[in-house]
Amino acid sequence: MSFLTNLFAKRNSGAVARDRLQILLAHERHGDTGDSELIAKLHREILEVIARHVSVDQDKVQIKVDRSTGCSLLEIDVEVPQLQAPARQSA
Amino acid sequence: MAKVLVVTSGKGGVGKTTSTAALGAALAQSGQNVVVVDFDVGLRNLDLVMGAERRVVFDLINVVQGDAKLAQALIRDKRCETLSILPASQTRDKDALTADGVARVMDELREKFDWVVCDSPAGIERGAQLAMYHADQAVVVTNPEVSSVRDSDRIIGLLDSTTERAKRGEKMEKHLLLTRYDPARAARGEMLRTEDVLEILSIPLLGIIPESEDVLRASNIGSPVTLAHPDSAPARAYFEAARRLEGEKIDVSVPVEKRGLFDWLFKKRVA
Repeated sequence: MSFLTNLFAKRNSGAVARDRLQILLAHERHGDTGDSELIAKLHREILEVIARHVSVDQDKVQIKVDRSTGCSLLEIDVEVPQLQAPARQSA
Repeated sequence: MAKVLVVTSGKGGVGKTTSTAALGAALAQSGQNVVVVDFDVGLRNLDLVMGAERRVVFDLINVVQGDAKLAQALIRDKRCETLSILPASQTRDKDALTADGVARVMDELREKFDWVVCDSPAGIERGAQLAMYHADQAVVVTNPEVSSVRDSDRIIGLLDSTTERAKRGEKMEKHLLLTRYDPARAARGEMLRTEDVLEILSIPLLGIIPESEDVLRASNIGSPVTLAHPDSAPARAYFEAARRLEGEKIDVSVPVEKRGLFDWLFKKRVA
């Protein structure tokens, strides 16, 4: 069975390469510096906001970007330590 | 009026130096006065590929800094008298190339030759920028492979923005040279197709150079493939590319290896 699905589902790696490149270059051509500066800025500013209320360990922040034809997904994963009592009062 | 051509790619190892030598020799064999200039300061290799490594006395940096006259640094090819090479320095730093100095040397080269073919270093830093700055036309060397196409896209952007022509608001003519092309892999769909690369980069095709042992054999003996094996598939592709650079309109095809009857029989038996 898997042999059959492989036979039909298999795409030429050349076509995969073309699709990946088209998506990537569509993004890179937007600006000379690319997204990296924007992401660095978002990273910094979002952390500033969070840091105003809780203390965040810089190493426990993960940033991922996923680009596809229609949209870009920016995923920010911040591990927040257990909230302290004063923070809860102010909220 | 001389034409200044830069052979560039962004990515290393795609065949810039090989193509510079092969195109330079092909243009020279049609009777034009050609100089190939190595801009890869610190990592020069054009001299080696051209078989002139033991004849280098002065180099581009000596001329740029005024320590030697241009005529002293130019090495005339022994096989083709209309072909010369201006080597890069192997010991100096790329910072020794000043923009003014390079401009002066390029002006002088334009007076002496019909074609000035500049071999760019890999990357997008100063050396690559200086190599492309004075160019009238660019040959973007690309392998049908994702990282090479991406880097070529970047280089095309730079050619359109940071060169002297771009700054004057003039158009920079760009040509795509697809190298290390493997027709068998392309037929199996395991390689980016020529049409895909052309669509992505959207610059006209100058030629398709098939992957071939003749290219390696030519560099082994220090000769451009268009001089060492002029009948081989890659050499024929380079000759056609050179004719297109001179303005001829020829359809692009992938030259295949010519096989004799003996090769054919032998191949059959092995398979």
